[in-house]
Amino acid sequence: MSKPSDLVQGTLDMLILKIVALEAQNGWAISQRLKQISSDVLGVSDGSLYPALHKLERRGWITAQWKSSGNNRRAKFYSLTRLGRRQLETETANWNRISSAISGIVKLKEA
Amino acid sequence: MRFEQWLYTLPLRWRDRLRGKQVDQELGDELRDHLEQQIQVNLEKGMSKEDARRSALLALGGMTQIEQQCRDARGHNLIGNTIQDLRYGVRQLFRSPGFSVLTILCLTLGIGVNAAVFSWAEGILFRPYPAVAHQERLLALGGTARGVSGGGPISWPDFLDLQRNCTLCDALFVSKITGSTLSIGDHAEVTTGSIVSANYFDAIGVRPLLGRGFEPGEDVGNDAHPVVVISYDLWQKRFRGDPQIVGKVQRLNNIPHTIIGVTPEHFYGTFVGWAMNFWVPASMEENFESGGYKLEDRGSRWIESYERLKPGITRAQAQNEMTAIATRLEADYPATNRGRNIQLWALWQTPFNNAGTMLPTLEIMAAVVVFVLLIACANVGNLLLVRSFARRHEMSVRMATGATGGRLLRQLLTEGMILAGLGAAGGLIVAYWCRHALGLLLPARSGIAMYLPGEIDWHVMLLSAGICLMATLVLGLVPAFQARNIDLAGALKADSSSVTTARRRAWMRSGLVVFQVCLSFILLAGAVLLLESLQKIRTASPGFSTNRVVETSVSLVAAGYDDPRAKIFQDDLIERVRALPGVESAAYARLTPLDYGTYSSTPIAVDGYHPPLEEQPAVDYNQVGPAYFATLGIPLLSGREFTRADDENASLVAIVNRTMKARYWGDHDPIGRRLQVKGKWARVIGVAADSKYESIREDPKPFFYVPLLQDFVRGPALNIRTTESLQNISAALLHEVRSIDGNLALYEMITLQEQVDRSTSPQLVAVTLVSILAGLALLLAAVGLYGVMSYAVAQSMRELALRMALGAGSTDLLRLVISRGLRLTAGGVFLGAAAGLALTRLLGKLLYNVSPSDPRAFGAALAVMTITTVAACFFPGWRASRTDPARVLRD
Repeated sequence: MSKPSDLVQGTLDMLILKIVALEAQNGWAISQRLKQISSDVLGVSDGSLYPALHKLERRGWITAQWKSSGNNRRAKFYSLTRLGRRQLETETANWNRISSAISGIVKLKEA
Repeated sequence: MRFEQWLYTLPLRWRDRLRGKQVDQELGDELRDHLEQQIQVNLEKGMSKEDARRSALLALGGMTQIEQQCRDARGHNLIGNTIQDLRYGVRQLFRSPGFSVLTILCLTLGIGVNAAVFSWAEGILFRPYPAVAHQERLLALGGTARGVSGGGPISWPDFLDLQRNCTLCDALFVSKITGSTLSIGDHAEVTTGSIVSANYFDAIGVRPLLGRGFEPGEDVGNDAHPVVVISYDLWQKRFRGDPQIVGKVQRLNNIPHTIIGVTPEHFYGTFVGWAMNFWVPASMEENFESGGYKLEDRGSRWIESYERLKPGITRAQAQNEMTAIATRLEADYPATNRGRNIQLWALWQTPFNNAGTMLPTLEIMAAVVVFVLLIACANVGNLLLVRSFARRHEMSVRMATGATGGRLLRQLLTEGMILAGLGAAGGLIVAYWCRHALGLLLPARSGIAMYLPGEIDWHVMLLSAGICLMATLVLGLVPAFQARNIDLAGALKADSSSVTTARRRAWMRSGLVVFQVCLSFILLAGAVLLLESLQKIRTASPGFSTNRVVETSVSLVAAGYDDPRAKIFQDDLIERVRALPGVESAAYARLTPLDYGTYSSTPIAVDGYHPPLEEQPAVDYNQVGPAYFATLGIPLLSGREFTRADDENASLVAIVNRTMKARYWGDHDPIGRRLQVKGKWARVIGVAADSKYESIREDPKPFFYVPLLQDFVRGPALNIRTTESLQNISAALLHEVRSIDGNLALYEMITLQEQVDRSTSPQLVAVTLVSILAGLALLLAAVGLYGVMSYAVAQSMRELALRMALGAGSTDLLRLVISRGLRLTAGGVFLGAAAGLALTRLLGKLLYNVSPSDPRAFGAALAVMTITTVAACFFPGWRASRTDPARVLRD
């Protein structure tokens, strides 16, 4: 059981919100998407994805619905709520602020 | 924001709780879906079916763990978990019904006896008066005399002065018990009531259900206000709940009284032990009390009263004020009040009702029930130890599958709570059943409704809840403590326990049994001591004959006789009684020894005796007729008895007892000397032996007698020495009384032995209750001993079989088991004897002529304990002796 660090945990939440913001996705699709964009850098395991999904659902940021997922099976599709959209905006803003600050510091050091 | 969040999350929470199974299944489906897709991908990569599956599982990190993490992520569902724990706990209890029933029974017993005794203490000592407001601020008020221990009544003028001058009290009121004959239709009966001050009902905050209470001024004057308030019970039973009752007239002691009110249901007056049925104002005193009109006599002390403090005032402050007032009264009225103080008591120390007599009994009971609770807990502990061993496997599995220590602890505490909760509920039911038990244990008297209820109020509930909480902790923590030591791998491998843990457990269990034996031994010894003491009391010589003397009285006061008529009647009757066959002698007396009633008391003076300054010697006395000493069998040491000639026209005479002679005349012969009684000089004509006057257990005290005709009382007690049976003499007497006046009734006739027995009934109650509880304790200890021994036998089957194979006979094995049990008992008895020697001293107040360390009592307790041990060990021993060595050794 690989536990993501605090930084990654916060980032993971944001990434999930971002992914489901575009369209409702099921767990498998989210995991593939995560791998696509970040697995090499962040090392998010599937094991930490599902608890994170359930936590976000419990916070009211995403909501789930059982829908058919193509090849004749039903899957749980997560989509963003209004609350989640607001949260995503704040987190993105935060992220931008912090990352620009950090990159500023890093650049300072280089100079 | 917050609200919007709820909008999303509340339905989820409800869903989790109500449809937990479906939520869990969906979670599983979700993860399985992911797993299958991953396997599919892996297969497409060209992995073997098995590798594809393993790799997918590895990537996910284990189904069960992820499921648990998801559940955790959904938030700790406290209520949901508790409900789950409760369900699981209940299932566990049903799985081992024997354990559950035994545990709950033990706890029910332990909590039940505690709740019962505490409810008695509450109902009798602390909040004895149902429906009376603010009992926590109520104090009993009485008088004391310098140099005399104990408290007594006060006089009406003193009471009025206290009432006028008291600034720290909300109210001061009088409630003096009395009796009356009540004739309704052709049915007459004696009932109890109270003489009260006019402020009584206002002061106790009781508003009559019908009609009114007393008005100010109704307690002033002599026979001026013949009004009565009756009890709900009397109204229902004797007047059939007549709604038009107010305003009707009822004869009380043959004087017509107007019924002005009915008290509410469940109000029984203010006298611990007996239910009151009517209340009359103090102005009617002469009609109910013997000894004439006393409202203007500061020397006549007959009032029992109460003070209700203002909020925030302490007893000490109130006492200071009372002492200050008493000191002023002492200065203003030295003739009657010299050396007199006013004393306040907490309700449970009230000297003039049954609270005082029940107090030592209840104190002992409080200690005894704690013992019973401890013994019950030791039994439960023993059961838990066995059970935690049996559940070791379950605990190991749960820990191996990821249950945290905290989760297990919560589960165990929940199970403990179920057991303790059921035990506490059962305990309260036991207490409820037992609430009238005390009243039933006391001997019945005709005309008196015994009322000694237990009060199950929030105090009792709180106590039970407290015990329940403690029991929960013990019930949960003992197995949790055991579970902490579980060696996971070892426990899962096989059900074999290592030798050392088994031994430690055996030590713990043996320790608990020794503890139980120790406690029950102390209780047994205490019970035997009380039993011995009771026997001593009942066989102690009270200084008068008890066997062939009967006592009764005639309702002259009730029949409205005045003094001259009463004198003629009494003379006539005693002549007829003396002429009855089988009657040896008969005599009147104002009071029979040990009866409930207050002796007359008077300041005295003796020629040649100079009391210490500031002290006014006062001595109790009795008014008795001719032949009193011969009838009661009290020896006259010198001088002569009173005769018919010692009447109101003759010179005043008195007979003193031996202690009085020694105190006031020393070595001189008092006969012919002068004694001042109520301000008049009388001549001493005799010295009587000491006897008991108010209590079997009292020390010898100064006492004297005056002739009845020189200090006349209507309707005195009639004592008859006879060889006839109680029934015969009662019938014969009734015939004689009726042939003089058909309207007269006889009060209850009893032997003086019965009188002694009644006066020692608190001791009887203590003995009965302690014996019952000691018996229960013994039973519990025997169950504990039996459990430990059968378990030990089951555990050491191999050893026993080996011994048998090597030639031990079955009697040897039986002896072996029993001697092991006896060894445990010996340890317990040794500890119990050591602790008992210190603890039985607490029985002091209840013991009479018995040493608290009486070797015979301890010997008897030892014998009972030994027999019990042998009995408890016999069955396990018998099973051991039936061991089939071949079979056991082969297995």
